[in-house]
Amino acid sequence: MDMKSNLSRRDFLKIGTVSTLGAAGIAALAQQSQAVAETPPARPENDQGVIDHSVHGGNMTTGDVDTTSPGAFDPAKYLTHFDYGTVTTLPGGQTLREWNIYAVDQEIEVAPGVKFPGWAYGLEGQPPQIPGPTFRCTEGDRLRFNFGNGSAHPHTIHFHGIHPPSMDGFTPVLKTGERFTYEFDAKPFGLHLYHCHTPPLKRHIHKGLYGTFIIDPPGGREPAHEMVMMMNAFDTNFDGENEIYAANTVAFHYAKHPIQVKVGDLIRIYLVNITEFDPVNSLHLHSSMYKLFRTGTRLDHYELTDTVTMGQGERHILEFAPEFPGRYMFHAHQSELAELGWMGFFDARA
Amino acid sequence: MDTPRTVPATPKVANWPLWLSALLPLVLLGALVAVFFFTNPLAAFKADGLPPIESISIERIELRPGEFIVTVFNGSPDPLTIAQVTVDDAFWEWQMTPSAELPRLGRGTITIPYDWMQGEPHAITVVTESGTTFTGEVAIAAETPQPGPTQFLAYGLLGVYIGVIPVGLGLLWFPAMRRMGRKGLNFVLALTVGLLVFLLIDTALEAIEVAGDVAGVFQGLPVAAFAALLAWLAILAVSGKPSEAERDNSGGRLRIATLIALSIGLHNLGEGLAVGAAFALGEATLGSFLVIGFTLHNVTEGVGIAAPVTKDRPSLKAFILLCLLAGAPAILGAWIGGFAYSPLLATIFLGVGVGAIWQVIVEVGRLLIRDAEKNNESVANWVNVAGLALGIAVMYFTAYFVKF
Repeated sequence: MDMKSNLSRRDFLKIGTVSTLGAAGIAALAQQSQAVAETPPARPENDQGVIDHSVHGGNMTTGDVDTTSPGAFDPAKYLTHFDYGTVTTLPGGQTLREWNIYAVDQEIEVAPGVKFPGWAYGLEGQPPQIPGPTFRCTEGDRLRFNFGNGSAHPHTIHFHGIHPPSMDGFTPVLKTGERFTYEFDAKPFGLHLYHCHTPPLKRHIHKGLYGTFIIDPPGGREPAHEMVMMMNAFDTNFDGENEIYAANTVAFHYAKHPIQVKVGDLIRIYLVNITEFDPVNSLHLHSSMYKLFRTGTRLDHYELTDTVTMGQGERHILEFAPEFPGRYMFHAHQSELAELGWMGFFDARA
Repeated sequence: MDTPRTVPATPKVANWPLWLSALLPLVLLGALVAVFFFTNPLAAFKADGLPPIESISIERIELRPGEFIVTVFNGSPDPLTIAQVTVDDAFWEWQMTPSAELPRLGRGTITIPYDWMQGEPHAITVVTESGTTFTGEVAIAAETPQPGPTQFLAYGLLGVYIGVIPVGLGLLWFPAMRRMGRKGLNFVLALTVGLLVFLLIDTALEAIEVAGDVAGVFQGLPVAAFAALLAWLAILAVSGKPSEAERDNSGGRLRIATLIALSIGLHNLGEGLAVGAAFALGEATLGSFLVIGFTLHNVTEGVGIAAPVTKDRPSLKAFILLCLLAGAPAILGAWIGGFAYSPLLATIFLGVGVGAIWQVIVEVGRLLIRDAEKNNESVANWVNVAGLALGIAVMYFTAYFVKF
């Protein structure tokens, strides 16, 4: 990126010593700064890079979610996985992207040891997941979603965007074993979402039937380290309030396993709010500020900020480049949501 | 008998040896259980994939510097696993002994490092594997006293303040009561009935409330009722059936005073339990106020104990023993409440108190009825009714100090 971020702290100190400041003062400053730079931050960390809070006790879940067994959902993989579908070209030259998608009843682990009886979308040949797979295409592509309902309950897929109402997915409602193909052109470019639109809507959404739907602008966006964060929550005791909040399902996952990024790299977050039961959710980033592209439907950014508050169904693209090495905390700026699991770190290394 | 007896032919079964006829139903029962176990005839009533019924009681939350110690009890039909813990709606790290898996009727201790705030409320929620939540509350946070000589003494003194001293003070009215005439005495006896009626209802309501905190599997409310019933019958059995003459001599009257003291003692045990537990569970930082309230409230109990023996001149030793019988259980209650409180134990004690108080109301009432019959008046005369009303009123208004 820019000049400043290419300078290490040590370089900065060298520049400092040739400045007009008094030599003694600088020496003291240098000693102090060097101590800061070279002493690793005092945080207990095990071999896997998992922060071990149990030494002092803290605002954290106890234990870790199983992400390795077959079929288990791994928030780390979900974060950067985009599904472009099976690509062919139509006679007119238009790109056709095709997906075979299903819905099933699926129990998921939303916090260590806490099993939630969810409903999940999955792609043919792959395990079901909550959130569903991230569909990605380019504006103008023809999209075809062959949907089969393998759940014990009726479901649909409703895509946000511009398309004929017959393809909108609030109807027809598909009973167990029924199939339907949604087909439409991808527009407008931006960050959208899809979700089940079967009543009772609250339950069909909060049980897990949702996913991210990205339509890239024809020319694409600037290359970046891209990731998807779906702000979701779970009402595990079905009392109409959430017990667990997260980005990408597992409470505190990115706090226990910080997201590895590089200093100076452009980071692009596709942020979607699908939190049920709470009117708003938010993302606050520490130690940096991000460019906010509202709904991603324009290529120039809306503002530079460190906190964005979003109603359910809203989604924005966030871009920033960490200037300094270290841990950048991010979380909902509703403290309650953060303390119930919606908190994580970027770990920026030079 | 003159009529010829026709003996019905004894069925063959009767000739079986006793052990066999005793054993047969058991064998058949075993067979039935085996059938249920192996063929599962109830399967038709069970749906697949239902989450287990879970019921966790949060029995005790101890507050120590920088941590909560939470005792949980699994009262559900199946084993269950504690998955997470939140404090004030924030996930918090915790450790559990002996294990996060609780067998049926199993008990475990969760340790949560947490900088709780002195004097503020806190809520601790355990989340089970199925995502079900159970919440325990700390009304006003204060450090839980740990058992030690100082604490032992402090709780003992608490019992002395709310039990022994007020009863003793009440007994000091004895000389004044002796100078009252028949009507005055009846008035005091009726007053005693009044305060006992108040205590009966108060103790019963307390028992019902505490029974609600008992894990369902222990059936708190029936336990309270059975404790009351058995306590009443036990007192009847112990005291026997005195003759009319015995009732009216000084020994009989002292017996009634002793019964009153015993039943008030059981009630005071419950009070000690309540105050001790309140202090221990950090729910009574207004504790000193509570103690003063109980003290005032309980002075009338001494009057009640002394009332039946005003015609006599019991020894000082008898008075001291009566005072200890009525007051000292508060000390025991405070210790139990402070160091080993359990809702089940409290329910049993309060139930026993209800049964005992009921029996004393009957006994003292009998004194009044007999006196009324002897003098050819109705027991519901204005003196008695006024005494009863005053007794209830005194308890009611002094209860303002202890009911929040």
